[in-house]
Amino acid sequence: MSAIKAIVFLPLLGAMLAGLLAFVDCGEDKHKKHKIDTYAQWITSGFLLVSMVLSWMTFASIGFGGEPYTVKVLTWIQSGGLDLNWALKVDTLTAVMLIVVTTVSAMVHVYSIGYMHHDPDVPRFQSYLSLFTFCMLMLVTADNLVQMFFGWEGVGLASYLLIGFWYNKPSANAAAIKAFIVNRVGDFGFALGIFAAFVMFDTVNLDQIFAQAGGMKDATMVVFGAEYHAITVICLLLFVGAMGKSAQLGLHTWLPDAMEGPTPVSALIHAATMVTAGVFMVSRMSPLFEYSDLALQVVTVVGASTAIFAATVGCTQFDIKRVIAYSTCSQLGYMFFAIGVSAYQAAIFHLMTHAFFKALLFLGAGSVIHAMSDEQDMRRMGGIYKQIPVTYTLMWIGSLALAGVFPFAGYFSKDIILESAYAAHSTVGGYAFWLGIAAAFLTAFYSWRLIIMTFHGQPRADEKVMAHVHESPMIMIAPLLVLATGAAFAGWVSYDWFVGHDAAHFWGNSILVLENHPALENAHHVPAWVKYLPLVMGASGIALAYLMYMFVPSLPSLVVALIRPIHQFVYNKWYFDELFDALFVKPAFAIGRGFWKVGDQAIIDGYGPNGVAAATQDTARKAGVLQTGYLYHYALAMLLGVVGMVTWYMFAYAG
Amino acid sequence: MPMAEVPNIVPALPEIFLALAAMTLLMLGVFQKPVTPDGELRAARTTTNLGLITMVLALLLVFTVSGNVLVTFEGMFISDPFATFAKVLILIASTFSLMMAQRWLEQQHAHRFEFAVLVILATLGMMMMVSASNLLSLYMGLELQSLSLYVLAAFQRDDVRSTESGLKYFVLGAMASAFLLYGSSLVYGFTGTTDFATIAATIKAQDHHFPTGLAVGLVFVMAGLAFKVSAVPFHMWTPDVYEGAPTPVTSFFAVAPKVAALALFLRVMMGPFGEMAHQWQGIVVLLSILSMSIGAFAAIAQVNIKRMMAYSSIGHVGYALMGLAVANEQGVTGVLIYLAIYVFMNVGVFACILAMRRGDRMVESIYDLAGLAKSHPGMAAALAVFMFSMAGIPPLAGFFGKLYIFLAAIEAQLYTLAIIGVLTSVVSAYYYLRIIKIMYFDEAEADHLETPLPNVIAAVLGVCSAVIVLFFLVPAPLITTAGAAAASLF
Repeated sequence: MSAIKAIVFLPLLGAMLAGLLAFVDCGEDKHKKHKIDTYAQWITSGFLLVSMVLSWMTFASIGFGGEPYTVKVLTWIQSGGLDLNWALKVDTLTAVMLIVVTTVSAMVHVYSIGYMHHDPDVPRFQSYLSLFTFCMLMLVTADNLVQMFFGWEGVGLASYLLIGFWYNKPSANAAAIKAFIVNRVGDFGFALGIFAAFVMFDTVNLDQIFAQAGGMKDATMVVFGAEYHAITVICLLLFVGAMGKSAQLGLHTWLPDAMEGPTPVSALIHAATMVTAGVFMVSRMSPLFEYSDLALQVVTVVGASTAIFAATVGCTQFDIKRVIAYSTCSQLGYMFFAIGVSAYQAAIFHLMTHAFFKALLFLGAGSVIHAMSDEQDMRRMGGIYKQIPVTYTLMWIGSLALAGVFPFAGYFSKDIILESAYAAHSTVGGYAFWLGIAAAFLTAFYSWRLIIMTFHGQPRADEKVMAHVHESPMIMIAPLLVLATGAAFAGWVSYDWFVGHDAAHFWGNSILVLENHPALENAHHVPAWVKYLPLVMGASGIALAYLMYMFVPSLPSLVVALIRPIHQFVYNKWYFDELFDALFVKPAFAIGRGFWKVGDQAIIDGYGPNGVAAATQDTARKAGVLQTGYLYHYALAMLLGVVGMVTWYMFAYAG
Repeated sequence: MPMAEVPNIVPALPEIFLALAAMTLLMLGVFQKPVTPDGELRAARTTTNLGLITMVLALLLVFTVSGNVLVTFEGMFISDPFATFAKVLILIASTFSLMMAQRWLEQQHAHRFEFAVLVILATLGMMMMVSASNLLSLYMGLELQSLSLYVLAAFQRDDVRSTESGLKYFVLGAMASAFLLYGSSLVYGFTGTTDFATIAATIKAQDHHFPTGLAVGLVFVMAGLAFKVSAVPFHMWTPDVYEGAPTPVTSFFAVAPKVAALALFLRVMMGPFGEMAHQWQGIVVLLSILSMSIGAFAAIAQVNIKRMMAYSSIGHVGYALMGLAVANEQGVTGVLIYLAIYVFMNVGVFACILAMRRGDRMVESIYDLAGLAKSHPGMAAALAVFMFSMAGIPPLAGFFGKLYIFLAAIEAQLYTLAIIGVLTSVVSAYYYLRIIKIMYFDEAEADHLETPLPNVIAAVLGVCSAVIVLFFLVPAPLITTAGAAAASLF
């Protein structure tokens, strides 16, 4: 039982130690710096590897017959009706997240040893990575909403720090701020959701909330004078939080920009773990969401829309990391619409497989970028598959998994999601299914577009870069191999536990699905065409990509010319950034500038400090003018003074 | 009434001693044959040194006769704790001024033995003022003081500014005396007496139906006294005289006569006219507000530090008048505490001004203080202490001076007055802090001021800054004696 404490707190310890090392002043001493860097890298990576091994052991014991348990660390807040602890809750859902988080994190830690080799701030980087891991583990092991919020904000902080890791790059700072602010919107919703839950249930403890949820299914609460279904209100507010963290349509704009961070960060935070926190949170809250059909429908529609939106944008981008980022966004959409049709298990299944193949793709892309001397634009790549065969192969495995090709991991998880959506037999389920099918086609298309543009064709980089192309060192390849194993086999191995016939036993009580939401159950009994359609779409997507980029390279520009308005719309990411800029950013700046220039500088400063000072100076000058130096002026002043005093006295008293 | 009854001269012993000493010193100076430069210097030094001894002896005599309320000379003269308190302050202030003056006068070749004599005579006048218990003895003391000060202002008789300031002071002072006399005669006309106690009794008997003539007389008396304390609008002479008079004279003007005139003001208003407090309160409030405001605002525009200190003293008088406006024991106590602290702050500041010397020339611009923190760290620190104290920054003594007055005003529900007082002290903080800024943060443009500090100046600075800084540790002696002194007025 204390293993869970070690799992959670070892990364924190690592973060602290590496953080201290970051303050060691090496000056010009290269040798000393190298030593410090090495310490920081191996301390953090070592702790993470231990944490990973313990996580797998915990997973094995909980997933296969172990009883869920909660370990109390200490009492946090006791104030009136609010009573909550630092406590680590371990059940199957948590255990799955534990292995995903610690495995990917450990791999990223190790990978970073090679990738960040030349960076001047290695200890700081490793410290942030471990800090992130700690916060993420805090989030997934939370036994109450407040602790979850702590982890939630913690990962947001780590994300901010890591996106802006290269802080002398203005674009990185802007991206970090954007990520932070957009997430504030979501976090605000999450916080309101927690408040609402506390109002309704008088507790923030998850188990106590879930125990009361059934009895509260018809309760209402008053919001802005109108009465609403209480659980729907809470769920929608929580989902706003999930949308922010998981980059769902509307609050997704920060994710592509977050690619300004170092690539290992993109892999760990912006693909495998943090962005899936929303999926985890909603699944964790399944005992609430199950009682609100409206909330589930909203989740389905938002998820499906995000899936297709991001997939279309992904087809048009040229930055290798941005393509994968939009792909992430799209895959998160899949997870959400799975949740929306009550196939939480399928969502978590996809979360798990996605973590492996997406981290693999990102780290592979990092390897490519590393080889291409930090080039990220696919238009200046090409023709390098012979020089970096291992990376090439690994990218293939990742892409096959992403496109859902049998027998790679993505095939199992994506299919069960689409089948569940179909089996929901509802309007929103149908919406999600057909958009999901379309997105699957696009997914395969942009994945191979990426592979072909990056590795095949004529080299488009200059000779200097091409001469430099080299395979990454073993320290970077080894983690990729681990992830590739997951991407290849995770789906096939764990299908039965997650969504197959062992699922009920596997999940235990960690996820609640009501009788009237049998989508996952029915998913195993859908018509055959539903089962094969995703595979067919995937295959045709790959084929189209080959046709357009390999065999007839002139075709893409022709197509673009043919559908220019649509292409422009998609290429500019559906103009979301421009829309938000006009709707929120510009007015906010205008208001801010107004308050600053008019409110503060003109009114407060003008009439306040500066105005008073100016008036004082003015008065002082005038007072000085009275002092003429002429005796008769002074005498007159005295006389006037006496006259004034007498007069005033007469009027005031003697009357 | 027996013809040759000798009045009790014991209560007036300090004054009698001072008068005799002044005349003796005058004779001594004359017979030193101050015709050669050496003789002149010797005579000046002798009279100054003997003058200092005289002051100290007078102080001892004041202590000797203190303790009881003694009235003598047919009710003309009173010695009570209030008078004692004021006399002690006056003698301390005069002693400091005389101590610091000699060296300066020698440097300016203006040393003459009459200086010490005049200072002693002026001090005698002031002591008479605070002990007066009759309008006539009041006038006598006031005129003795004033005439000595007129001469002192013009002491550098070959300097245009000095003579101009002496003349101005004389003409305006004569006018103020005329106000006072005219007011006194009106009071006499409507009460039939010049004795304070009898006036008070007569007014009380009138049971709040005061003849207009009496009130007009009172207003004129107040105008005359307001001139002496340089309250606005009777303040116009102050900046010109402060600037024009030789600096040691200014330093004398700024302290002792202010104490004497304010003490006199307090006694006249609280004693004979105490029953009319409701009538004159408004006028004092007005004087106070005007003085605080003009003192604060006009000082900002000043570059000459003596002029600035003139406005500063006008402002301080405004605060003191606030205590008078309260017109009760607490207010008077506040004024007395304020005056005691004021003496040490001002003596300290003027000690610094007296030390402002570059080459063989005195400088008076505040910008001459630039870089003082580097060249004279001790002097800069002391001046900073005085400036902070004047601005009323805790825990320095100046803060407590203002505190007791504001407390009295607030308890008497004179909120407007208290608020204006606080606001003007904010404004005045600007020019006090500016001095500190110049000393510590500005670079000296020309040469540094002369080093090292003369011993006398250094000693005075040390004593005054110690009093100002350490006052908050042992405030009780001053506060209890001031309380007892104030109680004797009621």
